[in-house]
Amino acid sequence: MLAANFLLLAAVLFCIGVYGVIARRNAVMVLMSIELILNAVNLNLIAFGLMNNDADGQVFALFVIAIAAAEVGVGLAMVLLIYRNRRSISLDELSELKG
Amino acid sequence: MIGAVILAADVNVAQNVGFGIIAFMMIFSALAVVSTKNVVHAALWLVLVLAGAAAQYILAAAEFVAVSQVMVYIGAVMVLFLFGIMLTRARLGSEDGLNNPSWWIGIPVAVVLFGLLGYAVLDAVEDGVIAEAPLAGANNEATVEIADRVLFQYLAPFFGMTFVLLAAAIGAIVLARKD
Repeated sequence: MLAANFLLLAAVLFCIGVYGVIARRNAVMVLMSIELILNAVNLNLIAFGLMNNDADGQVFALFVIAIAAAEVGVGLAMVLLIYRNRRSISLDELSELKG
Repeated sequence: MIGAVILAADVNVAQNVGFGIIAFMMIFSALAVVSTKNVVHAALWLVLVLAGAAAQYILAAAEFVAVSQVMVYIGAVMVLFLFGIMLTRARLGSEDGLNNPSWWIGIPVAVVLFGLLGYAVLDAVEDGVIAEAPLAGANNEATVEIADRVLFQYLAPFFGMTFVLLAAAIGAIVLARKD
């Protein structure tokens, strides 16, 4: 299998995720784009583990999966809180901290 | 370059064809996630991307990570997402206003970023071929190896991660409960 295949697929997914984070206004959609980015990183870690014939890549991928689960839990709780306070989850309306 | 390498003797053609089909499905679904006008459809396209990633892990002989991906992402995270969509009362049909007014800025950013990443990847690995993944024996040595490392070499980060998960669970409860 080509080493570049995995890494290029991960690069494509990463860039699509970055586009989603920039372009989307709905907070839930931004969280989904972040999931795309984290999956691209996981693909890279697995590919590096395969290239070096070492299990460390898989261990790191498992850590990333666990952290991503925690991130989604806290992120969606915050989105719910914002929705409860403002009846809207459009990110461009959250500008209280702007100077 | 790519054609020449695919014809090389040490490349498994079937593995590459499978990789290509799954990769095409993943990229198509990822584009649908960031471009659809329906929030629920975006979540369902995301399931396809996550399932494709799990399939790629199996191709890369990382079975334990693949099973974890299915259980954690497709099982738990997607349920969280669907509940989040329902609790924020998104319309079930398509809706406008999901994108920023200046959403097009994302296109040049993504294209330039992909140019840089692709150049770096091709420059670093050229046409290197990954060795065929060794088949797991009856004792599933790969998973045993992961367990050895998590419970010995990476024990401290593992404990740290458990505390992060505990803190995240408590934090999510505190944030989301109604007073």
